[in-house]
Amino acid sequence: MITYEFLQQYWWFIMSLLGGLLVFLLFVQGGQSMLHSLSRKEDEKRLLVNALGRKWEYTFTTLVTFGGAFFASFPLFYSTSFGGAYWAWMILLFCFVLQAVSYEFQSKPGNIFGVRTYRMFLFINGLLGTFLLGVMVASFFTGSEFTVGKGNIAGLGTAGPVISQWQNPLHGLELLGNLRNLTLGFAVFFLARTLASLFFVNRLSHEVLEKRSRKFVLFNGLPFVVLFLIFLIWTLLAEGYAVDPATNVVSLEKMKYLHNFVEMPLVMALFLLGVAAVLYGIIHTVFSGSFKKGIWFSGAGTIVTVTMLLLVAGYNNTAFYPSSFDLQSSLTLQNSSSSEFTLSAMAVVSLFVPVVAAYIFYAWRALERRKLSLEDLNSDGHTY
Amino acid sequence: MDLLAASAVNWSRAQFALTAGYHWLFVPLTIGLALIMAIMESLYVKTGDEKWKIATKFWQKIFGINFAIGIATGIILEFQFGTNWSNYSWFVGDIFGAPLAIEGIFAFFMEATFVSIMFFGWNRVSKKMHLASTWLVFLGASLSAFWILVANAWMQYPIGMEFNPESVRNEMTDFWAVAFSPVAYNKFLHTTFSCWAVGAAFVVAISGWYLLKKRHADFAVKSMLIGSIVGLVAFVMLAVTGDGSAYHVAQKQPMKLAAMEGLYEGKEGAGLVAVGMLNPAKERYNDEADPYIFKIELPKLLSLLGYRNINAFVPGIVDIVDGGYTLPDGTTALSFQERRERGLTAIKALADYQVAKEEGRDADAANHETILRENYAHFGYGYLQTEEDLIPNVPLTFYSFHLMVMIGMYFILFFVVMLYFLYKRDMVKSRWLHYVALWSLPLAYIASELGWVVAEVGRQPWTIQDILPVQAASSAISSQNVITTFILFAVLFTGLLIAEVTIMVKQIRKGPDSEGLKA
Repeated sequence: MITYEFLQQYWWFIMSLLGGLLVFLLFVQGGQSMLHSLSRKEDEKRLLVNALGRKWEYTFTTLVTFGGAFFASFPLFYSTSFGGAYWAWMILLFCFVLQAVSYEFQSKPGNIFGVRTYRMFLFINGLLGTFLLGVMVASFFTGSEFTVGKGNIAGLGTAGPVISQWQNPLHGLELLGNLRNLTLGFAVFFLARTLASLFFVNRLSHEVLEKRSRKFVLFNGLPFVVLFLIFLIWTLLAEGYAVDPATNVVSLEKMKYLHNFVEMPLVMALFLLGVAAVLYGIIHTVFSGSFKKGIWFSGAGTIVTVTMLLLVAGYNNTAFYPSSFDLQSSLTLQNSSSSEFTLSAMAVVSLFVPVVAAYIFYAWRALERRKLSLEDLNSDGHTY
Repeated sequence: MDLLAASAVNWSRAQFALTAGYHWLFVPLTIGLALIMAIMESLYVKTGDEKWKIATKFWQKIFGINFAIGIATGIILEFQFGTNWSNYSWFVGDIFGAPLAIEGIFAFFMEATFVSIMFFGWNRVSKKMHLASTWLVFLGASLSAFWILVANAWMQYPIGMEFNPESVRNEMTDFWAVAFSPVAYNKFLHTTFSCWAVGAAFVVAISGWYLLKKRHADFAVKSMLIGSIVGLVAFVMLAVTGDGSAYHVAQKQPMKLAAMEGLYEGKEGAGLVAVGMLNPAKERYNDEADPYIFKIELPKLLSLLGYRNINAFVPGIVDIVDGGYTLPDGTTALSFQERRERGLTAIKALADYQVAKEEGRDADAANHETILRENYAHFGYGYLQTEEDLIPNVPLTFYSFHLMVMIGMYFILFFVVMLYFLYKRDMVKSRWLHYVALWSLPLAYIASELGWVVAEVGRQPWTIQDILPVQAASSAISSQNVITTFILFAVLFTGLLIAEVTIMVKQIRKGPDSEGLKA
């Protein structure tokens, strides 16, 4: 029997999965942030740009789909977070705008700003895109300063007609003042760079770059693991935002997220499996000179780990987008989701996702049957 | 200073207009060129003629440059519903979010996936698979247009939903009514043909330039032929679907129609203004000044277009404000003040409902809900203050509409002449026509942008027709914040546009180089 509650949980799973996919695909941004440090010569840079340039649209499209799906399934999150944390989101979007033109424009004559500028755009997107997304995800655990009053639109209260009101004048930038948010922000940044290094090891037919990429797996993997563990342990031990299923009252509960893991053993098992896969991909690549499949282990591990982490933020009677300003304004799966009808209709739509995944897989295989080398850049007809 | 003092709502409107206006410079060319490339590649696969391949690859290069900036400007639009129109996002997100999500899942992934095969797959997949990918890029882009236009059409003609006072939002009750509303489907066709039109005008203009420079004559004539056929089909279909649009606007948004025509006093058997100039001295909708300095009218045509009846009554702005005329369904139209009263009643009933529910007075809540439902059709009017709030910018809507139609008519003639010269005369030697082709290109862009001005300025003040005006739809952010992002986007998009145009010009100057493109 498909109930409203089931659909809300289902859609939170879909959003978590999309979040996991997005974080995995941020390897493109990670790669962009190390164009200069990883390569020494211009042709090496070009090869890196072109390897990433064949994948950047997947990340971009996943981000757009993530936004659209959030809008369709949890519109109160869309209105509260985007309309409130205005600057955090605007800066994030701004750096994705910079990215979208930079591949196509950078090597074309007449591009006005020159190749260095476009590569700087890619660097900015690589740095801010990953870091800010990490900060925003962290706020799902640490909370934000907002109130929600659905009666506002009918003139109840004194705040004017707007339902969701951000209570900090910095409109999202204040999230950068929270150390735990920063920890996850930098963790995601280093994760993206680690994944990018693994991707280069797998994709490139270029000895020097491959060797250097292996080193970069270690240089970036280490800070990632340390930062992620700090965030994880901190979050597990910190207070979390619990919802009373009978009254819908939100309260702070000590070690809420640790309880969630314990009370959802399957989620915990998959989470640990995901973490193990990420670590295996990193460690094996670092210690074996010939192992090239690290990206598949760490990539799949990233998807599973992030998905489970987001499930912990929303499942088991937890407010997934908590308000630290007014606990009762916190967004839960129940009070922020779309109607049962819309969630059902969209659930039918989601059944087509495997078809989409199938043709993406086909295209990826068709283009990547052989590794990318400098020679390919001239023969494939379209280069960046 | 006046500009700086404008409200956050107006700055959010300006920001949306800016980003949408820029986005729309690139989307039509993407869709139009995708079609033309797909036709050319089909001819290549069918005939094996390498010249078609060279032509396909050349236009593909132009497509790529344009596609990138189209994506860059598009992402902002989606998220802006949340950042700047937060109330809107909750109030109708249950319905509006669905097409955006479907667009992402189906259309964007299709486009992104097959674009990569189209660009990089010439040597990596079979000829037929490559051709299929090019067509799928066109299909993906068109599907994307379909879903976004479903969303837009729903704002202009909200159906398939019901207001839920408990969750304080509109909820979807009929997905198919939303997805295939007559307004959506007509809007999709009209907008898609406008994309074909821009793509065709672009291809023909660039080809004209090559002929003027006496370069790549064979390529240019081939491209012109495909472009002219697509262009003629597109503009004829634009006229047909434009007629459909006018009909829907008359039925669902009579104020927009009145603004499009500068019609203040309604009449039976109303004529359509063919050419006209509005009187700038007209300051208020009900003052004595004549709305026009001059006009040439096609008799009875507006009644025919709007109501399929040459003698039908077409209400003017004054009629819509004052009410009292008979609607097509036989009822009498309410005045603005009557609708405002009912809107206020609905809003108050919602507040009372909320309070009653909170206090556990369920019977009272049920009564308030009944009152709310009886008056819900006028809900948005409760946020408006004066009659003037109901009236869109008439000169902007009027001139945009008429200029768009005139340019459309011009292009039908233009493409007929082009095809005549391509088939019956020597196109290569007809230099005057090359100039005409080249200088017609800006007109296509202008008409395409004006279409959106008519659609979006003409529907003000509504984000959702009759239900939610812009004043009640925005986020709680100060105008300083929005001004800052407005300026950032204006500078960034302008810079990128300049870069895009110069890159394109360089690529066009380089020409369809068979050596470089043959790979």
